[in-house]
Amino acid sequence: MSSPATPRKTKLPFGSFLERILSKLGLRGRTLVIAIPTLWLFVFFLVPFLVVAKISLSEAMIARPPYSSIWNWDDGVLNLTLNFGNYLFLLEDTLYFAAYMESVKIAFVSTVFALLIGFPMAYTIARSPDSRRNILLMLVILPFWTSFLLRVYAWIGFLKTNGLINAFLLATGIIDEPLIMLQTDFAVYVGIVYTYLPFMILPLYANLVKLDDALLEAASDLGAKPAMTFLTVTLPLAVPGIIAGSMLVFIPAIGEFVIPALLGGPDTLMIGSVLWNEFFSNRDWPVASAVALVMLAVLVVPIMILRKAQAASEGASQ
Amino acid sequence: MKYLFAISTVAIAAAGAVTAQDQVVNIYNWSDYIADDTIEKFQEQTGITVVYDVYDSNEVLEAKMLTGSSGYDVVVPTGSFLQRQIGAGAYQPLDRAALPNLVNMDPDLMAAAAAYDAENEHATIYMWGTTGIGYNIGAVAERLGEDYEVDSWALIFDPEIAAKLADCGITMLDAPTEMLPAAMNYLGLDPQSIEPADLEAGAELLTQVRPHIRYYNSSQYINDLANGDICVSVGWSGDVFQAQARASEVDAGVEIGYVIPNEGALQWFDMLAIPVDAPNADNAHQFINFIMDAQITADITNYVWYANANLASMPLVDEEITSDPGIFPTEAAKENLWSSPVYNARTDRLITRLWTTVKTGQ
Repeated sequence: MSSPATPRKTKLPFGSFLERILSKLGLRGRTLVIAIPTLWLFVFFLVPFLVVAKISLSEAMIARPPYSSIWNWDDGVLNLTLNFGNYLFLLEDTLYFAAYMESVKIAFVSTVFALLIGFPMAYTIARSPDSRRNILLMLVILPFWTSFLLRVYAWIGFLKTNGLINAFLLATGIIDEPLIMLQTDFAVYVGIVYTYLPFMILPLYANLVKLDDALLEAASDLGAKPAMTFLTVTLPLAVPGIIAGSMLVFIPAIGEFVIPALLGGPDTLMIGSVLWNEFFSNRDWPVASAVALVMLAVLVVPIMILRKAQAASEGASQ
Repeated sequence: MKYLFAISTVAIAAAGAVTAQDQVVNIYNWSDYIADDTIEKFQEQTGITVVYDVYDSNEVLEAKMLTGSSGYDVVVPTGSFLQRQIGAGAYQPLDRAALPNLVNMDPDLMAAAAAYDAENEHATIYMWGTTGIGYNIGAVAERLGEDYEVDSWALIFDPEIAAKLADCGITMLDAPTEMLPAAMNYLGLDPQSIEPADLEAGAELLTQVRPHIRYYNSSQYINDLANGDICVSVGWSGDVFQAQARASEVDAGVEIGYVIPNEGALQWFDMLAIPVDAPNADNAHQFINFIMDAQITADITNYVWYANANLASMPLVDEEITSDPGIFPTEAAKENLWSSPVYNARTDRLITRLWTTVKTGQ
């Protein structure tokens, strides 16, 4: 989260010529370095975003593509037709609000569980001796080498009525009737927490590994019990890691479609499935686009503001 | 030297296959919907490489067709979806001269399919079937008694009966334009009605039995029925028969039956069509003509257990299939079959909204 106070000037051996040209153009090497990600964001974020914004202001129709054009060129006159009805429509039906709230709830609960499970794991990895640390980190990352979809399907095998968990519980006599776990919200939570757990562990680990042992020793020298040290030293210092990990879990979990579609029940109402319905069942791309943009405005913008405020307060405290 | 020469010829031929546009055909078909050797035979006979993708809902296909530039050469929409997509200009007219096997097709069924595509200009029938009830014979008898005869939608739509079956799992297709009419049909309403009041009545019945439904999905039930994970499904005829076949292969004591309910059922046609922007339209015609070959169609029906509309293939279809009233309905049952109307955008939105209410309570 810290940026170098003064940019260091290093002269690359081959760079002086390039640098001279660039400075003639009013560009510095730094501008160029920033230009690449900026261009990337422009092409792969801003342009698609504007396309979606455009579709959200058009009208659905049976055609290819299935929406009207918002402008037309007629005898030298440019006509612009913006249809805001799609946004108003979202207010008319409580379904959309309910779906937003349900998505936030599922994402929030999943984030809390991911944190509760991920924190001890990250802590253990960070406190392990160097030799073992890499192996443990590897074990966290390893599942990424198989397809995400396959791993979700594997959970179907675990959770279904005739699945492994029920077979085990029945065989050991813990239950008499198979538990119905698949196609429930429970399965969705399991799926989301499982899938996004590494996104919680890695930033937490990166944070906890920097924790200075001297601080812990000082706390214990001053008479703090381990629990006290954890609550007053480790935890406050881990806050940036907790926030970063929680964001990485919370934000994608809100828009999650695949996990609820495969593991969830029919009454698992998330914004992803509402979008799917608008897009596929209603063939109403404009309303689908409006749903997507409202989600961006309602959920992502406050998160960005929060993030900014947090960064500012961190900067102030340093 | 000769050997080397042969290799270089093959290399050139292979390079040609990649560059020459007319050597590939891209098929987009329903999952579990073709014989295991059909594609291989086509490739052998024509030298055209087949790229084969699958989907499990008309909505997914429709989104691709309406977006355009899907890259597919042959797709298989169901009648009412085909009609709307033709309206949007998504398909090209078939070149009849390139389809000599059209003579094999059953004129009566083609006439019925012409309701969706005037004069069969854009499409020919691939397979047809009904949307009825698939059930685990043993599990249902255990819960409802050996004497209970499964012949009515009541198995699913009567809340008392459904409650008794809920523990072993009832599933429905995630296809509102099939489920709502079925519920309306059970209530004695016209299943083809587009009146909001009728559709709402159907949705209300679906909501009543909602607590007893395990899930809504249009492809998963095949395996789940076969494995005994669920015991009653509203399903497509051939899919249920595939579940039956898989269950008997596994031989774990699961026996699956399929019934067209007394009250009636939806009859649908899946149609072979060529998108207007198909990159290999000539190969697409070759593929469609190949499918309409009597032996090839018979092989597919024998494999997927869906009825075809190919008169010439009938003698080649297994007796077991042609005599099954679940696949080729009796004359009496045919009278109660209905076809899906084309809904306008407003009705579509109402149906989707009602379906969401049924599924989520919202």
